[in-house]
Amino acid sequence: MKHERIETNAGLLIVLTLIVISIGGLVEIVPLSFIKGTVEEVKTAKGFDAIRPYTPLELRGRDIYQREGCYLCHSQMIRPFRDEMLRYGHYSLAAESQYDHPFQWGSKRTGPDLARVGGKYSNAWHVQHLTAPRSVVPESIMPNYPWLEKTTLQYEDIGERMRALREVGVPYSQTKPEYEANVKRFGPKVAKLLDINHASDNLIAQAEAGNYDGDRSRITEMDALVAYLQVLGTMVDFSKYNEGYFAKFR
Amino acid sequence: MAHTTTQAAEQAPEQYNYEIVRKFAIMTAVWGVIGMLVGVYIATELAYPAFNLDIPYITFGRLRPVHTTLVIFGFGGSALFATSYYVVQRTCQTRLYSDTLANFTFWGWQIAMVSSAVSYMLGYTQSHEYAEMEWPIDILIAVVWVVYFWIYLQTMRRRSQPHIYVANWFYMAFILATGILHIFNNMQVPISLFSMKSYSLHAGVQDAMTQWWYGHNAVGFFLTAAFLGMMYYFVPKQAGRPVYSYRLSIIHFWALIFLYMWVGAHHLHWTALPDWTSSLAATFSILLLLPSWGGMINGIMTLSGAWEKLRTDPIMLFLITSLSFYGMSTFEGPLMSLKSVNALSHYTDWTIGHVHSGALGWVAMVTIGSFYHLIPRIWDTKMYSIRLIYTHFFLASIGIVLYITSMWVAGIGQGLILRAFDDYGNLAYTFVESVAFLHKPYVVRAIGGLFFVSGMILMAYNFFMTVRRARREQAEIEAKLAAKLARA
Repeated sequence: MKHERIETNAGLLIVLTLIVISIGGLVEIVPLSFIKGTVEEVKTAKGFDAIRPYTPLELRGRDIYQREGCYLCHSQMIRPFRDEMLRYGHYSLAAESQYDHPFQWGSKRTGPDLARVGGKYSNAWHVQHLTAPRSVVPESIMPNYPWLEKTTLQYEDIGERMRALREVGVPYSQTKPEYEANVKRFGPKVAKLLDINHASDNLIAQAEAGNYDGDRSRITEMDALVAYLQVLGTMVDFSKYNEGYFAKFR
Repeated sequence: MAHTTTQAAEQAPEQYNYEIVRKFAIMTAVWGVIGMLVGVYIATELAYPAFNLDIPYITFGRLRPVHTTLVIFGFGGSALFATSYYVVQRTCQTRLYSDTLANFTFWGWQIAMVSSAVSYMLGYTQSHEYAEMEWPIDILIAVVWVVYFWIYLQTMRRRSQPHIYVANWFYMAFILATGILHIFNNMQVPISLFSMKSYSLHAGVQDAMTQWWYGHNAVGFFLTAAFLGMMYYFVPKQAGRPVYSYRLSIIHFWALIFLYMWVGAHHLHWTALPDWTSSLAATFSILLLLPSWGGMINGIMTLSGAWEKLRTDPIMLFLITSLSFYGMSTFEGPLMSLKSVNALSHYTDWTIGHVHSGALGWVAMVTIGSFYHLIPRIWDTKMYSIRLIYTHFFLASIGIVLYITSMWVAGIGQGLILRAFDDYGNLAYTFVESVAFLHKPYVVRAIGGLFFVSGMILMAYNFFMTVRRARREQAEIEAKLAAKLARA
C-alpha cells in the first residue's frame, strides 16, 4: 500500500493511528492485573494477610498527605540498593501499596523516602517537625504546617470515603458476610477496624488511644496525619522471612 | 462602484476563522507569564523556605501542580489550540468547522485552567502528576477534547487539497492519544456527587503503571508530537523552504507514535513494578532516539541552503535553537532510562533539569518562534519590535543554560552524596546533608527561571504593542475609506 492512500484519507489515518498508539499500553498495563505474583502474598504467622487497608483515622491522614502535596517531595518506594537499605530499610513490596488509591510512590526526593517512616520517630517529634521543621532539622527546606495542629479533623463523610474505596476494591466491610470474610482474612481485631458501620467510633477511639498530637481535648488534622505516618511500612515483619524470599517476585 | 465592493466584503464571511486563533494566542501569552512566574516562586520556596509564608494555599506542595498545569496545559495547550486551528485552516485551505464549537473549546479550556489552579490551592488533587485535576474538571476537559477532535476532523474533511499535510498527522495523533490517556488515567470514583474528592480506580502497581504511561505520553504526545506538528508548519514557512525529507517525515511519524507509548515505565525502574515491564520500557526508550532525531534532522536540515537566515532572522534563531534542544533532551532521555544511570538520576533534580531542557528549550522556544511568525499574520501587521525579539532570545537562552546546568549539579550531586560510603562501609552522609548541598543550585535555578520569565514578559509586551498598532492601522484605513466614500 502506498502511503499516499493514508495521506488522502482522514478516516484511514485516524484508524491506523489509533491502532499504532494502543499497542504499547495494552502490552504493558493489562498483564499487570493478570500475572500472578505481580503483587506478593504476604501472610502473618497466624495465616492472616499482613497488609491491611488503612483504619479510618489513617485514611483521613492519608487524604491530608495527598492534599498538601507531600508526594511531590517525598517518595514512598525504597529501591533494592545497599544505601537505601541502610537509610530506609527493606525495599518496598508491591503488596505494601496494594490498597493505595492512588499510589504515593512519588518521583522526587527533595526530602527522604517515607515508605518505612512509621515508628522511627516519636509522635511528639512528628508534631514538632510538621509544625516547624527547622526547629528539629535546621537545614530542612520543608514548609511549616502550623494549621494541622489547629484544624479540627472533618470526618462526617468517613463512611462515604470508605464506601468509595470499597467500590474500587478495598475490603472495607459494609455487610455481615463481608465482615466475616474480613475476620477470616485479617483476623477479628483488624476486621473490626475495617467495618464501615463503625467508622466514626473507630476513628475517635484510635485518636483518643493514640493521642498523636498530644492534645486530648479534640481530634485534629495533626492526629490523622501522624497516625498515617506512623503506620507507613510497619505492616510486614521482615525478620520473619528468609533473606531473598521476596526476590522471586521481582 | 466602490460602495458595493466594500459592502460585499463586509458581508462575506472571512476566508479563515482567525478570531479563535487570536483568542488562544492571547491566552498563550497570559498563561505563559503566569505559569512561569509561579514556577519562579516555587523555585524560590525551595531555595528559601520562608517564602512559603505559613499560608496553606501557597505552600510548595499546593503550588507545584499550579505551575505544571498552567505551563503544560495553559501555555502549551493554548499554543497548540491556536497553532493547530491556524495550521489546519491554512494547509487544508478551508475555514475552520463551526465557530460556535471552536468558541466552546476556548471557553471550556480556559475555565478548566482557572478551576484547576484554584482547586489545587484549596487542596483538591488526585495526586497523579500532571493529572491532578479532580473529577469534575476531568469531565469538562474530556468534553472539550471530544469537541476539539470533531472540529479538527470536520475541517480536515472539508479540505480543498487531496493531501493531508504532515503537520496535521502530528496534531491528529496528539488529539487522539491525549484523549485516550486522559480518559484512562482519570478513572476515579468520587466519594459523593457533591464532593470534589475522589479515589483512583487502580491502586499500587497498576496505578503507578497507568499514571506513568499517561505521564510520559503527556510528554510524548502533548509536548512532543503536537509541537512537531507546529514545527512542520512554521519552520518551513519561516525558512521559506520545503521540508527537508518527505520520506523521513513518514518514517519518523509512525515510529514516534508507536514507540512513545511503551516507554512510560522507565519512570518506575527498581520499584515494585515487575522488572519485565520497566526493562521493556527502557528498551523502547533507547529505540525512541531514532525517530526523535529523525524529526530533529528533518527540521534543522530544512534550513540547508538558507543558513544565512540565522544571521538576520531572530525567529529562525528561536526555531533552530528549539530543535537543537529537542535533539539534546531526546538524547538525554534514553540515557536516563538506562537502569544503571536511572539508579543515580531517579528521585533527583536531574529529572527536573531534563524536563526543563525539553519544556523550555524545545516546547517554549518552538512556540515562541512560531508565535513571532503567527502574531503579525493573524493581526495583519508587522511585529512591533525586532530588537525585542533578539533581547528575548538572549534572555531565554541564558535562563535555560542556568536552569539546566544548576539542575545537573543538584541532581548528580545529590545522587552521588546519597550513595557514598565511608571506609567502614557506613553511609558517608545523612540525608539532610544532601538537602543543604542543594541550596546553591536552587538559587541559581531560580535566577535562571527569572531570566526566562523576563523574556516572556517582554514577548507579551511586544505582542500587546503589535496588536495595538494593528488596531490603529485598521482604524486609519477605515477612516480613510469612509472619507473617500463621503466625497464620492
